[in-house]
Amino acid sequence: MHFIPAANFTYPNEIELNWSILVVLYPFITGLVAGAFILASLERVFNVEAVKPTYRLALLTALSFMIVAPLPLQLHLGHPERSFEMYLTPHTSSAMAMFGFVYLWYLMVVLVLEIWLDFRHDIVLLSRSTTGLKRVIYRLMTLGSQNISPGALRFDDRAGYTITIIGIPSAFLLHGYVGFIFGSVKANPWWSSPLMPVVFIFSAMVSGIAAVMLLYMGTTKLRGEKINQDCADTIAKYLFYAFIVDFSLEMLDLIHRIYEADESFRSLDFMVHNSLWIPHVIIQLLMGTLTPILLLAATQLMKLPPVTRQRMYALAGSLTLIGIFAMRWNVVIGGQLFSKSLLGYTTYTVPLWTREGLLPAIALTLMPFGILFVLVKLLPPWPGSGPSAKLGGLHAETSGGRL
Amino acid sequence: MNRFKDSEHLLRVTGVFLAGIVLFLCLRAWFVPKSFGQYGHYRADSITEIAALPIRHAGHEVCESCHADVLEVKHTGKHANVNCEACHGPLAKHAEDPSIKPVLPDTAVLCARCHEANSAKPKWFPQVVTAEHSQGLPCNTCHQPHKPGLKDTDAKPADSKTADSKTAEAKK
Amino acid sequence: MNRRFFITLTGAAAVAWDSVLAGAPESSPNYKVTDHWWAMLIDVDKCIGCGNCVRACSVENDVPEGFFRTWVERYQVDDMHLDDPLVDSPNGAKNGFPPLPPGKGLTGPGVKEFFVPKLCNHCADSPCTQVCPVGATFTTPDGVVLVDETYCLGCRYCVEACPYGCRFIHPEKNVAQKCTLCYHRITKGLTTACCEACPTSSRMLADLKNPNDPIHEFMKKHSVQVLKPHMATGAKAFYANLDGSVR
Repeated sequence: MHFIPAANFTYPNEIELNWSILVVLYPFITGLVAGAFILASLERVFNVEAVKPTYRLALLTALSFMIVAPLPLQLHLGHPERSFEMYLTPHTSSAMAMFGFVYLWYLMVVLVLEIWLDFRHDIVLLSRSTTGLKRVIYRLMTLGSQNISPGALRFDDRAGYTITIIGIPSAFLLHGYVGFIFGSVKANPWWSSPLMPVVFIFSAMVSGIAAVMLLYMGTTKLRGEKINQDCADTIAKYLFYAFIVDFSLEMLDLIHRIYEADESFRSLDFMVHNSLWIPHVIIQLLMGTLTPILLLAATQLMKLPPVTRQRMYALAGSLTLIGIFAMRWNVVIGGQLFSKSLLGYTTYTVPLWTREGLLPAIALTLMPFGILFVLVKLLPPWPGSGPSAKLGGLHAETSGGRL
Repeated sequence: MNRFKDSEHLLRVTGVFLAGIVLFLCLRAWFVPKSFGQYGHYRADSITEIAALPIRHAGHEVCESCHADVLEVKHTGKHANVNCEACHGPLAKHAEDPSIKPVLPDTAVLCARCHEANSAKPKWFPQVVTAEHSQGLPCNTCHQPHKPGLKDTDAKPADSKTADSKTAEAKK
Repeated sequence: MNRRFFITLTGAAAVAWDSVLAGAPESSPNYKVTDHWWAMLIDVDKCIGCGNCVRACSVENDVPEGFFRTWVERYQVDDMHLDDPLVDSPNGAKNGFPPLPPGKGLTGPGVKEFFVPKLCNHCADSPCTQVCPVGATFTTPDGVVLVDETYCLGCRYCVEACPYGCRFIHPEKNVAQKCTLCYHRITKGLTTACCEACPTSSRMLADLKNPNDPIHEFMKKHSVQVLKPHMATGAKAFYANLDGSVR
C-alpha cells in the first residue's frame, strides 16, 4: 500500500519522521482523561442520576490516565532531563510551553482535589479502621483532618461542585489545547485548521465516554454484579450524541478541504488514497466511526433486549476506541507522511524495541490500568462499597441533598 | 466559627499547594541560567558560545596576505572572483600554522565539479563533457587553474588536441 | 605552482590569522549586535549546482552525515505543468548533480532546468522560534536564528514548524540543529563558509543595516522574492531570478 510515485521529492532533512507513535499516544490518553471527566461532571453538574454508578469510576479513570499522559512525551524528548525547563522558562509564544501548567492545573486543582473531596469521608473512616501501611497511607491522605461532621461533608460537596464547574472548561482547555498544538502549525496543511481544537475536544469526549462505559461494564461483570441497564443506556446515548457531533465536524473538515482544494490538496489527497487509506478510510472512518454510530443508532431506534444492547455497546465502545486511536494516528503520523514541498511522500514503520517503539507504547497504554487497579483498591468507587456507604452514611445523603 | 471549622481541611490542601508553589519558585530562581532574558527569551551567553565556535575556512583575505603572487595571476583571469578555498578546501589550519601543508587538488576531479556539462547549469557558464574534452587527463595539463584558458607554454602534450576551447566557447 | 613562501611568510600568516581570531580583519574590532541585520542574497541564475556550498558548510559546521544546513535542488519544469515540477537533490547535492539517468528527466521544448540553493531563511517572524517551548532557539538582535544546544529539549516542535525543512535533529546530540549563518564567522568580519566557497557568487551574505552593503543596490535593480511568501515568515533569504514553481 505504500506506493511512492517515481517523481518523489522530499526536502533532504525530511528523511526521518519527527513525531513518533509516542506522540500519537499523548493526545489519545489526554483525550480519555478529558472525556472521562466530562462524563463524571454530567452526573455532578447536570444531575443525570442514571450515570451515577460511573461517577467515581470515571474520576479515578481520568486520574489514572492523567498520571500517564506526560510520560510518552517525556520518553520522546531528545533530552528528557531538560523537560523541567518548560516550568523554568516557559516561552509564552509557544503553544507547547503551557503544557506543564495546564497539566498541573488539571491534575492537581481539578482531579486530585475533586477526588479528595469526594472520597474524604471514606478516607477518614478508612484511616480509623485499617492497620499497618494502609493506615499510614490513609492518615497521610486525610492531611491530619478527621472532621467528617455533617457540616464538613456538606462543605466538601459544595466545594466539589464548584471544582466540577471549573473542571468542565478545564477539561475542554486541556484537550482543545492539545488540538491547538497541531492546529496552529501553519507549515503543515494537514494540521493547520481552526477546527482542530474542536475536533479534538469532541473526539476526546467520544473516547472518554466509550472508555468509561467499557470499564464500567467490564468491572461490574468482573465483580459478578449486574450491570445497571439504565446507566449503560444513558452513557450509550451520550456517546451517540457526542459521536454525531464529532463525525459532523470531521466531515465538515473533509468536505471543506475537498471543495476548497488549495495548493496542498493534491498532495494530501494522494496520501489519503495511498499510505493513509487503511488507517484513515478503513479503520478510522468505516470501522471506528460509521460502524459504532450505526450500532448505537440501532440501539436507540430499535427495541432490543438488554443483553443484546449491552453486547452492542461493548462492540461499539471497543470500535470507538480503535477509531479514535486511528484518528490520533492519522493526525500525528499522517501529518508527517508528506513533504512540506508538497512534491513527495515518506513512510513510517513503528520500530519494536527502541525507545520510541511499539513495546514502550504498549507498556504506556497498559500503565493507566495498573494505576487504576491500585486506586480502586485504595478508594473503592463502586456504588455502595465505600465504608461511608456501608455505614448508611452521610455521603449518600449529602449526594442526594444537592438536588 | 463552625463554618471555619468545617472548611478548615481545605485550608490544609491550600497550604500544601502553596508550599509546592513556593518550592517551585525557589527552584526556579536557582535553576534559570543567569544570562537568560538579557536580550530576549533565551540564554544570551549562547550567542557568545556559538560565536566562539572554531573557524575552518580561513577566508580569502587571509590567504592573499601571504600568496600575493597567486592573487596577481588570478586577478587577470576568469577565476578572479573564485575564492581560494572554493578549490583548495578549508585551510584555516594551514593559515594558523603554515607548516601544515595542504594537499593539492586533483584537477581532473576538481574542475569537473563546476565545468562538467549539465543541462540544468546556466547557459552562460563554460561547460565541457570531460570524457570527450580531455579523456581523463588532468585539466592543468593545458590550463592554468589560477588563470584558465590555454597555457601558452611549451608544456602542452602532443596527444592533447584538447578539444578545443571551442567546445567551451560554444557552450557559453 | 610555487610554494616557496611558506616558511618565510609564517609571520605574515600569523598576523593575518590573529586578526581574524581577534574579530574582524579590517573594520570593526568590536562586534556590536545592534549594528547588523543579516540576510542572504541568492541569485538563482548564477548557481551551477557544484555543491561547493554544501561541502563547505558540512566541514565548517560539523554537519552530521545525511543532514543538511544548506542544500541545492535541481528543478525541471514543463511549461504545461508549472505546478508539478520534477525536483531532486541527491544527497543534498553534496557531490553535485550527476546527469539524470536517461528517461528519468523531463524533455521537450517547454522544459527549463535550474538549480536552487536552500538554507535557513533566518526569518524575522520565524515560526520555529515561536513554537520553542523553552527559549532554546531564538532570533539574535542581529537577525540570525540560532539554537542553544545546551538548552534544547529535543521536542522537535521547531522541526515541525519550519515550512522550509531547514531543521533536523542531530543524531548524536539529540538537539535541533540548523544553519547559523556561520555566526562564528560573520561576527568576526568573515563571510559564511557557503559564500566563501561559492565559485560564482550565487550566494552573497548581506547586512541590511550596513548602508554600504551592495545588497541595497542589488535589491533596487533586481526583482527579488522569498520562498513561500504566503507563510508570512519574514524570510531573509532573498532570491533573485526565482521561478514561481519553486517551493
